[in-house]
Amino acid sequence: MTDPVSGLIYILIFPGFLFLFLYALFLAFLDRKIAARMQQRVGPPFFQPFADFIKMLGKEVIDPAGVDRVIFDAAPLVALAAVMTAYLYIPIVGNSPLAFQGDLVVVLYLMSLPTIVLFLLGWLSRNIFSAIGGIRSVTQLFIYEVPFFLALMTPALMAGTWSISEIVIWQQKNMWFVFLQPIGFIVALIGLQAKLERTPFDIPEAETEIVAGPWTELTGRRLAIMDLTVDVSFVVGSALIAAVFLGGPLMPWAVTPAWLAVVVGFFLFLAKTLAVLLILSSIKVATGRIRIDQLNDIGWKYIASASIVQVGIVLVMNYLWVYA
Amino acid sequence: MPEVVVSIGPHHPALKEPVNFKVVIEGEKIVRLELDLSYNHRGVEKAAEQRDFIRVLPLLERVCGICSHAHSTAFAKGIEEIMQLEVPPRAQYIRTIIAELERMHSHLLWLGVAAHVIGFNTLFMWTWRDREAVQDTVEEMSGNRVHYGMNEVGGVRRDLTPAQVTAALERLPNLEERIKKYVDMVNSEETMLIRFRGVGKLSKEEALRYGTVGPTARASGVDYDTRKDDPYLAYADVPWNVVTDTNGDVYGRTRVRIGELWESLKIVRYCLENLPEGPIRVTAPRNAPTGEILSRYEAPRGELAHFIRTNGTDKVERVDIRTPTLANWTSVAICLVNQNLADLPVIVAAIDPCLSCTSRITLLDSQTKKTGVMSFDELIRRNRSRDQGLVRP
Repeated sequence: MTDPVSGLIYILIFPGFLFLFLYALFLAFLDRKIAARMQQRVGPPFFQPFADFIKMLGKEVIDPAGVDRVIFDAAPLVALAAVMTAYLYIPIVGNSPLAFQGDLVVVLYLMSLPTIVLFLLGWLSRNIFSAIGGIRSVTQLFIYEVPFFLALMTPALMAGTWSISEIVIWQQKNMWFVFLQPIGFIVALIGLQAKLERTPFDIPEAETEIVAGPWTELTGRRLAIMDLTVDVSFVVGSALIAAVFLGGPLMPWAVTPAWLAVVVGFFLFLAKTLAVLLILSSIKVATGRIRIDQLNDIGWKYIASASIVQVGIVLVMNYLWVYA
Repeated sequence: MPEVVVSIGPHHPALKEPVNFKVVIEGEKIVRLELDLSYNHRGVEKAAEQRDFIRVLPLLERVCGICSHAHSTAFAKGIEEIMQLEVPPRAQYIRTIIAELERMHSHLLWLGVAAHVIGFNTLFMWTWRDREAVQDTVEEMSGNRVHYGMNEVGGVRRDLTPAQVTAALERLPNLEERIKKYVDMVNSEETMLIRFRGVGKLSKEEALRYGTVGPTARASGVDYDTRKDDPYLAYADVPWNVVTDTNGDVYGRTRVRIGELWESLKIVRYCLENLPEGPIRVTAPRNAPTGEILSRYEAPRGELAHFIRTNGTDKVERVDIRTPTLANWTSVAICLVNQNLADLPVIVAAIDPCLSCTSRITLLDSQTKKTGVMSFDELIRRNRSRDQGLVRP
């Protein structure tokens, strides 16, 4: 990226933050609408997440007694900033101009921050429901994070690079990783569902047990920002899976001219993130919430083992075929 | 890990009705709990003593929003027995139809709530949609969705026209299909199995010792159903089975309720098809002779008992209502110990608590913060001297 103006446009407008904001709210709407239709409900109109966001921004912010206001205000912003930064390294319309060796690790790290922030919020709230929710969210983090990381790093292992954009290029030359590593793909989807704390992994915010978990004491703009963080995480997570497993925005052959490549890449990005959304929404609708001890069992016994098996398979494949 | 007290209720999203649990947890395990009932005294029993038999039925119907027919039938049945009235068979059949439709809508509602508390909102939405079919049927018959107003002393107030009977019968096959689907789901749906199985175990001995009733008892293998053991209305004529289960956990209670949905459907169909001809009521005398009766009725949540004492006037001297939820509460406190905090809502929901029906009276002294039981004389005395009136918690 040599030209600073186009760089700023990339970061701030398209496909950067403005587009990210709108697309995140649109995906939130689609998620709610799909779930509603599957449950025989009508569902919200398309501007509902946006209206909610604006409304919550305008609501009164209530400080629970004895809470450190500065940290309580800052924490949701830190979470939002983290996931928005992660977004910049993911290929959206062709490869990211900010790509570097190791951006996969950075993205994974930044995507973990909202969970830590949630734990912090739960702990700071001085509320028993929030505290239990915070502890649950960090317990859950320890369970799904390992398989999720392993699942997303096995493509890097096979492609021989730590850059998401280079993984996409490798897939363009060879084959999508969803076909090469189906187990890893499934584990990554489950991990993303858990990361976003959606059913069946909405244990930290189990409404019928602990009110809203770490969210209980969030009001007004803090709640709005935190909600937006989850919506943005959804885009980042599904875009990451689309890039790492589904070939990202590149067609298997070179598209010319350059503007056409951008358009095609953008539509590929839309189609692939929507496909991930459809899968995650279906999981949400088809399941109930599991208990934290059950998640511990399932997570370490099956999901973690599956991802380790996937790593083993990839090592064998590397030895026999890819680098033979 | 240190013990932590989590106060759940009286205002909490899990429990839409006023009850308070002070749950002592260690990590995620429940060590013990304190139950605080009766936030919502409504004085129904006292009010019932002020009204004559015609006016008391609508009042008793409002004891509960869901099993409204249960309360009015239990009362009417008792008064009719004191008056020695012979209720015409057609009226008995119509009462049975409404009673079983009520049971179906109550159990469908329960299934939805149970699914909701484990976060399985899809099933919640589905069952509540199917419940609409039942409520539409009841609305066609009685004009109302919840408080049907069908009973009066001596029979029922509205007859069923042949058109209503056909319309109701037409709705049944679809419901039958849905219930089949739920039978299937409860036995195969993975999230329901892992959240319901082995949760809130209650052995047969415990179920008997703590005096549980209804589906809670039947799920622990207690073969007790007032409809079979002390038949009333048309239950003696109708072929049906008592549903029991040996699991004794939330899974068993779900299976019992879904089995009862099936049986209720059969009863409704039989009654609609074999509706006897004849009058729908007999004229009841204005006054009831002196007497005492315990009228039992199998409400959707279990055995409901109305104790009625009459004194030769057109009003009851005393009516005491023992709702099934009150009988089941102690078993909840037993079930919850050593369970996971996450299982608390589903164990509580599994007895299908109906708290406002159960709430009688609690006393709280605003100065000393003491709770206690108040004697009847004390109540009268306080009522007369308003200056130190009751403080509701």
